[in-house]
Amino acid sequence: MIPNKFAVRFALGSMALLTLGPTVVTAQATHVNSVNPNLGAPSVESEQSHIDGVTGHAYNGKKLYRRFCIGCHGPDGNGEGENAQWIDPKPRDFTEATFKCRSTPTGTLPTDEDLYNAITRGFVTTNMPQWRPLSPQQRADLVAFVKTWSPRWAKEKPGTPLTIPSETPITIDSILRGRAMFQKLECWKCHGPEGHGDGPSAATLTDDKSNPIRPYNFSTGTRFMCGETNQDLYRIFMTGLDGSPMPSFADVVKPDEAWDLVHFLRTLQPLKTQEASLWQSYVSAHGKDIKPIGPDSAAGAQ
Amino acid sequence: MRLKYFVALAIVIMVGAAMVVFAQPPAGSGSITGKVTYTGTPPKMKPIDMSKEPSCAKQHATPVTTENVVTGPGNSLEWVVVFISAGEQGAGGPSQAARYDQKGCQYTPHVLPLEPEQQLQIYNDDQTSHNIHPLAKVNQEWNKSQPPGSPPIDTKWEKPEFIPVKCNIHPWMHGYFVVLKTGHYSVTGNDGSFEIKGLPAGKYTVTAWQEQYGTKTQDVTISGSESKTANFVFTATPY
Repeated sequence: MIPNKFAVRFALGSMALLTLGPTVVTAQATHVNSVNPNLGAPSVESEQSHIDGVTGHAYNGKKLYRRFCIGCHGPDGNGEGENAQWIDPKPRDFTEATFKCRSTPTGTLPTDEDLYNAITRGFVTTNMPQWRPLSPQQRADLVAFVKTWSPRWAKEKPGTPLTIPSETPITIDSILRGRAMFQKLECWKCHGPEGHGDGPSAATLTDDKSNPIRPYNFSTGTRFMCGETNQDLYRIFMTGLDGSPMPSFADVVKPDEAWDLVHFLRTLQPLKTQEASLWQSYVSAHGKDIKPIGPDSAAGAQ
Repeated sequence: MRLKYFVALAIVIMVGAAMVVFAQPPAGSGSITGKVTYTGTPPKMKPIDMSKEPSCAKQHATPVTTENVVTGPGNSLEWVVVFISAGEQGAGGPSQAARYDQKGCQYTPHVLPLEPEQQLQIYNDDQTSHNIHPLAKVNQEWNKSQPPGSPPIDTKWEKPEFIPVKCNIHPWMHGYFVVLKTGHYSVTGNDGSFEIKGLPAGKYTVTAWQEQYGTKTQDVTISGSESKTANFVFTATPY
């Protein structure tokens, strides 16, 4: 009886060792990426990124990630680093592979270059700083490593980047057409009638993790989250900011109309731009006749 | 040693043959009917103030409320999706396109069951812009604007998932795409009743899903073309 019991215990013990052993060993060997819930994600050993002739390697990116990114984005890449509790908006969860700043259509993966630009640029009005002090090679390595957090990077290809045609001339007519679109597309419902980020729906907005999120306030005059040029602004509303309430307008806005909207949006910023001076002279000439943007407004009809 | 391989090979062949035989079962004539009810106190649905969107407000003669828990006479529960979650072999492919409407700043139907790869068309019937924002986790989340008069958004889902959908412009708008591995499903009406038709004989697991109270399952065996009854009771809580 006794040897029998012993035998059973021994067998169970060795089985447990056999099953648990390798898990423990891998967990110790990797530190970062130890509990990857997303099986089938690209491997750290082989994943690469390609940006303008620079090839990034995930195994190098991993070391950089542990030094520079882990505090906020966390050891598991899910945006739950030790600093995350103090941060708003929250750090990106790489395991979802949903990214705001893309050149690709809504619902598709961004290009390597999009991620590279995001790391380089940082995000204004958030805790994500610019990473220009890192060399292009290091930033490319980080891009490759970011792609090892989700199996989507193994299964899917990035979407086809949006083609942005050359900018149409900046005229008061273009600005007025853009203003009509701001009314018609209901941009003001969130961004406010004057672009102050205080529209009727602004207070209700949440991101895809149900955290409150603010629409962009144009009167701050800061750079946009995804860049600062007119092309960047064009790209932001055409591709949408995935994971946020900002939708894509690519299916419903034609390129010419998109440039009109860009020209109008520039007048909402307290910047000395060509658009702003055109708009100011129009306002001083026709101030009384301009219908304010908002509900029951005829701004759509100019 | 060789004998072992033969036995293994024979088993593989037999299983393969069985799979071929069962892959295309004839459409059965069995059915499962029943009623979905609740016990306890369901939450009061909140009235929706659409006064800021007059084009929508005027489409509703009676005040509109939220639709998380819609109840009917006799403690019945509406908008419960009842479907075959196990026991089905070779589900038939999705047939026609599923239609989802934004009408009067509400989603119609509130819950839309459909199958993976089934064509899905989303219409905006309103005089205001909506943005359709399905908060998918298993599938890919996307978010598109749809001003009045734009063509329907033509899309599909790849994997089974319960996907909440919302409009960020009109925060009260809330609905569900329920992507199911099966073509055998039914959504309860206001009287809580459902009917799943066309089932071949077999052992099935039937699941009822309510957006706030989750799922309930039960096993049902159908022999021949009989009609079985399966009732579901959810425990309602006021919060």
